[in-house]
Amino acid sequence: MFRRSSIEIWVGAFVLMTLVALIFVAFKVSNFQGFQDKPTYQVSALFSNIGGLKVRAPVKISGVVVGRVDSISVDQKTYRAKVVMDIYKEYNKLSLDTSASILTSGLLGDQYIGLTPGADDEYLKNGDQIDIAQSALVLEELIGQFLTKLGDSGNKK
Amino acid sequence: MTTETVIRIENLRFQRGDRVIFDDVTLDIPEGKITAIMGPSGTGKTTLLKLIAGQLVPDSGSVTVYDKNVHKLSRSQLYVLRSRMGMLFQSGALLTDLNVFENVAFPIREHTDLPEDLIELIVKLKLQAVGLRGALELMPSELSGGMSRRVALARAIALDPDMVFYDEPFVGQDPITMGILVSLIKKLNQSLKLTSVVVSHDVKEVLSIADFACVISEGRIVAQGTPEELLASDSEYVKQFLRGLPDGPVPFHYPATDYIEDLSC
Amino acid sequence: MLNYFHSLLFTMGKVTLGVASSVGRGALFVASLVPALPYAFTRIDLLVKQVYFSGVLSLPIILTAGLFVGMVLSLQGYNVLVDYNSEEAVGTMTALSLLRELGPVVTALLFAGRAGSALTAEIGLMRSTEQTSALEMMAVDPLKFIFVPRLVGAIIALPMLSMMFIGMGIFGGYLVAVGWLGVDDGAFWSQMHAHVDWKDDVVNGMIKSVAFAVLVSIIALFQGQDAIPTSEGVSRATTRTVVHASLGVLGLDFVLTALMFN
Ligand SMILES: Nc1ncnc2c1ncn2[C@@H]1O[C@H](COP(=O)(O)OP(=O)(O)OP(=O)(O)O)[C@@H](O)[C@H]1O
Ligand SMILES: [Mg+2]
Repeated sequence: MFRRSSIEIWVGAFVLMTLVALIFVAFKVSNFQGFQDKPTYQVSALFSNIGGLKVRAPVKISGVVVGRVDSISVDQKTYRAKVVMDIYKEYNKLSLDTSASILTSGLLGDQYIGLTPGADDEYLKNGDQIDIAQSALVLEELIGQFLTKLGDSGNKK
Repeated sequence: MTTETVIRIENLRFQRGDRVIFDDVTLDIPEGKITAIMGPSGTGKTTLLKLIAGQLVPDSGSVTVYDKNVHKLSRSQLYVLRSRMGMLFQSGALLTDLNVFENVAFPIREHTDLPEDLIELIVKLKLQAVGLRGALELMPSELSGGMSRRVALARAIALDPDMVFYDEPFVGQDPITMGILVSLIKKLNQSLKLTSVVVSHDVKEVLSIADFACVISEGRIVAQGTPEELLASDSEYVKQFLRGLPDGPVPFHYPATDYIEDLSC
Repeated sequence: MLNYFHSLLFTMGKVTLGVASSVGRGALFVASLVPALPYAFTRIDLLVKQVYFSGVLSLPIILTAGLFVGMVLSLQGYNVLVDYNSEEAVGTMTALSLLRELGPVVTALLFAGRAGSALTAEIGLMRSTEQTSALEMMAVDPLKFIFVPRLVGAIIALPMLSMMFIGMGIFGGYLVAVGWLGVDDGAFWSQMHAHVDWKDDVVNGMIKSVAFAVLVSIIALFQGQDAIPTSEGVSRATTRTVVHASLGVLGLDFVLTALMFN
């Protein structure tokens, strides 16, 4: 009977090691937050250009993640990009005149949405739309603008 | 026969590919007696046991055990029936990852909820009967052929079944062990009223304990009756087989084309 | 000329029929296994034994392989990323490659070679030594006693091995990147944490691993069951297990990747 019990001990150790690996992967490696996500509410914003923004990109205030991009689509009326964000419930005191802009982490890094709260007394609720939205900086456009400006100033001389 | 029949084989026909192994075999095996089945090597004695146990399915004909047609039973009914049978395989067929003790204990553990000390007692009794109580700890790979067949015998009778099939129990045993096994089979049969079927080539030994015997050759039963009747038979077949004479009607060769023709090609 | 054509047709027909009949036998085998699956949990002792044989005994090879694969990924990744000044991303890259692809796939390939071949050989030999017949005669159903515990044991063990492979690989990547190449410790982990998604990457990887486990163990058991019960037959069946299971894993991986990450 010695053999059987030693098999059981080994299998127990095996399970334990798997758990350690799983916990390591869940908390240290990935963004595991329990099986149901944190409670959120949704707000949207219209951008004329979202650049390389992707679904699940972070939404940040002063660099702190306060939510994630839920969906990206084209608004049928305005033909602008409609970005719906899930904001964590704990940040439910964002003023109505909060502005959103698409920013890039580092020179070539991923794009995310930065929120800048304003001074209004009323707060954003589920389903509200953020009115002040600044599009992504697209490198080609920047270079284009720079070149035309260069051309213009050359003409003036 | 005055006794009841437990196993009734009727018009059995079985083929392997094109080769007919049994052609219209009818045989009754009486309850609580020892029945010997003899016949040349390769005639299908092992096959017959497997047909009785429902491991092979006949092409036509039927096998009835305790009034149930073995090949018409559902899987679970068949397993219930088999738990009343013990089979000693020709090769032993011990489970190679268990030692001798665990092999004999295996059917007991699988089919009963007996406490460990009782299991140990039973296993030791059975192993003592086959003279291997000292080999408890050995693994099947550490046993000789004769030893593993004796362990398999102990396993076959571990649950005290109603029927036991012995496929060549005496092969590879020395004369003394053989004598002990012969009397063991006889004793089991007498004390427990076991229905025993013994397949063996050891004519003298098996006929000394059998109540009833039959000789199979070329897919048919060529003779059956009590040992005395067989020994007194004047059939050429039986005489040749029982005395082991090289010449006679019993074929020694597997069916083949003409020998001289084959060599001269 | 006509003769060659004739024998070509003959071979083609023979191969096709052979494949078709083995696929058919395989399907029947699976169909007989599925209804017996619940019995795996009535015999925990057998299940634990099988997790031991296919899981615990595969642990050394899996952990070693995981460590080295992670180290190599990290080293290669670093050499590319350093040109773009984003060597902190090496952790993210290592973790994503391991979680999405290499963890499940390499573990399944190693498992096919280490545990799958052993399963085939074991069952083939049990058949050739009449152990399965003996079980049937002792009124013990080989399906419930031999096949189902092995199948379920492997399905449990492989994703666990895969998880440990991934953990070990990330640790190996960390050793090389942070310990040897001087990538910043904090950046290594925080980048990884920000980019690896629990659902998309970890859960999907584990789903892959379970699918591979089912595939590899069914192939291994079927080959054991289908083997001609002689030493040559068993050795051929063992080879077939490794070949079929490895190709099957790679093919299935493509299908699953296309379904999951598109
Ligand atoms: N699995 C099988 N496939 C095909 N043919 C088989 C198979 N097993 C046995 N046979 C054939 O069936 C015949 C009967 O075999 P069986 O094992 O029943 O003989 P036997 O009477 O027990 O012989 P022995 O006394 O040598 O044990 C043999 O001729 C053998 O060629
Ligand atoms: Mg035989």
